[in-house]
Amino acid sequence: MTSTDRQPEIIFPHRHLLGIEGLSKNDIIALLDLADTYVVQNRQVDKKGSVLRGRTQINLFFEASTRTQSSFELAGKRLGADVMNMSVNSSSVKKGETLIDTAVTLNAMHPDLIIIRHQDSGAVELLAQKVGCSVINAGDGSHEHPTQALLDALTIRRRKGKIEGLLVAICGDVLHSRVARSNILLLNAMGARVRVIAPPTLLPVGIERFGVEVSHDMIKGLEGCDIVMMLRLQLERMTGSYVPSQREYFHYYGLDHAKLAHARPDALVMHPGPMNRGVEIDSAVADDINRSLIREQVEMGVAVRMAVLDALARNLPNEARA
Amino acid sequence: MSLIILKNARLFDPATGYDQKGSLVIRNGLIEALGPDITQKNIPVGADVIDCKGHLLAPGLVDMRVFTGEPGAEHRETLATASHAAAAGGVTTVIVMPNTHPVIDDVAIVDYIERRARDTAIVHVHPMAALTKGLQGEEMTEIGLLREAGAVAFTDGVKSVANSLVMRRALSYAASFGALIVQHAEDPHLSRGVMNESELASRLGLAGIPSMAETIMIERDLRLLEATGGRLHIAQISCAASVDIIARAKKNGLQVTCGVSAAHLQLNENDVGPYRTFFKLSPPLRSEVDRRALVAGLANGTIDVIVSSHDPQDSEVKRRPFAEATFGAIGLETLLPVALSLYHNGDVPLSRLLAAMTHVPADLLGLKTARLQPGQPADLVLIDLDAPWMLDAAKLKSASKNTNFEDRRFQGHAIRTIVGGRTVFTRG
Repeated sequence: MTSTDRQPEIIFPHRHLLGIEGLSKNDIIALLDLADTYVVQNRQVDKKGSVLRGRTQINLFFEASTRTQSSFELAGKRLGADVMNMSVNSSSVKKGETLIDTAVTLNAMHPDLIIIRHQDSGAVELLAQKVGCSVINAGDGSHEHPTQALLDALTIRRRKGKIEGLLVAICGDVLHSRVARSNILLLNAMGARVRVIAPPTLLPVGIERFGVEVSHDMIKGLEGCDIVMMLRLQLERMTGSYVPSQREYFHYYGLDHAKLAHARPDALVMHPGPMNRGVEIDSAVADDINRSLIREQVEMGVAVRMAVLDALARNLPNEARA
Repeated sequence: MSLIILKNARLFDPATGYDQKGSLVIRNGLIEALGPDITQKNIPVGADVIDCKGHLLAPGLVDMRVFTGEPGAEHRETLATASHAAAAGGVTTVIVMPNTHPVIDDVAIVDYIERRARDTAIVHVHPMAALTKGLQGEEMTEIGLLREAGAVAFTDGVKSVANSLVMRRALSYAASFGALIVQHAEDPHLSRGVMNESELASRLGLAGIPSMAETIMIERDLRLLEATGGRLHIAQISCAASVDIIARAKKNGLQVTCGVSAAHLQLNENDVGPYRTFFKLSPPLRSEVDRRALVAGLANGTIDVIVSSHDPQDSEVKRRPFAEATFGAIGLETLLPVALSLYHNGDVPLSRLLAAMTHVPADLLGLKTARLQPGQPADLVLIDLDAPWMLDAAKLKSASKNTNFEDRRFQGHAIRTIVGGRTVFTRG
């Protein structure tokens, strides 16, 4: 694409993307429609656009991430932004001080977009209050991870042609999962049915009031599901504190073909990554090209993040544009 | 020889139910006389006369849960700054908690607090001493000697004594001295979260502290108390279930009392809103159902005492992500105004509210104050019950500004505070 090409006009009336909460159905559809055009662009030989030319994007990651950070980096670069990656080892300094100080320091460099991941719920919102540019939440604690939910939605919509009316199972460590929270909000907003499947120790209090069905039995829970979304279970949570062992967890909640057979015959499998093969998902399922959308999710990730960057940048002060 | 006449006052003593228009005479720091019969004519020549303009003159407030930073964290609050905040809030007696550096667990530190208070504070200050050495929850402190040195009660402050054996022995030993034990009731394992366990916490992605963290500890302590005898005070309760437990225990004749913070009577978990760390309290703010139960428990006498739970924290430790921010909020200057809001709402009678902040805590702690009677110390507060005002955090006297009530509108506050016959605060 050349710099004269224009993406479709959209209305996205938000300064930041801090979560799915606060987005309307129309906001979500607008982002997904825009992302569809970037999927096309990303499959061209010349993937470079220029809607962010002159803009500075900072990826500020307080928590290690390869997948999300590189996805945002690529998204920014394909839109023509100058991208800087900052990984902050938060254990080296007192965490809170680093956070505010870092925000003030970065703000002085006049970035246009800051993408932030932090291990504490609410930390991205706190930072957004301290800077003058647009902020995108790339995951805060157990709170939200909005671009993951958007890329999941884009993947589902492209494969199933719709989101409304589908039955989506979200399986595993919902308690600690920001991916689960953002997905529940988004899928509800788009009219899908959501069923969470997990042992009681991995479900948050009040989950039944999130607008989801709750099941503690993977085999019964998967019945009728169109989409099976697996969540990562961190290894340190599998040694007796939340579930007794890795072996027992995989036995009851790990997704293999036998359990998947209880879902609809055309059910598709998703995972936000990184996967613990043999813990929450069997390799045979993860690598099954007929059932697994896991690689496609990664591709959609770049397109969705381009859409989010583009949509937010359209609301930025305009003088930098040619 | 000093003589002060407070004339034209509404004299109000919650201890006796006395409520009369009249004057009060202070001689040498003590109340000499009071009543409607003291008029302009029989006032001796040379007396200082203060016109109360019909406002309510009550015993000065006793706040039995105040944290300061002295010794060890004076940048947060000293005894002096806390005492100025107290005076501005109508509080004439402040009980400071032992969670300091060093911990108040030794006779020498009790002595230090008393001397510092005498030299720098403008209200009465008494320490509670640690119940266990270093607040470690393992070995009990010298309860007898600390008591003789001036410690008014024994507590590990913001820490719970989790070890049942230690608590049993402490209750048992303290009973022989009649010493009051004050427990921050919270199971340390169940209370690892950062706010009330609820749907809201789940949505915010914050780890919750369930009510049972509190009720389990209270139930355990009551079982121990049944066996040991003695006097137990639960520093702060936060939920409806705790109100029920305390009511039942009192009915069964146990010597248990409890307190509630002004914040918990006014606020609920929704005030945490989008990660507002100033509302991160221990115990946590709970649901509106719980708040209403606390108000009802205060009105019917199940809850004995209202405290400020004044806990100054500087912005460095508060302006952090919610999970990493410290617990606590200041409250000395808002204790009375928040309590008065319950009176204005018609939730709790004025006499009950003031009792819970005057003679009830004074009697629990064995302090001679908080009564409008001849011979008592002239520790008094003059209250304008109706004045509307808005809280400006920058104008608070406390060295830290972590208030729950920034920009909040109130009705009523202290307009003059008198400690030992000396006016230590007037509002312009």
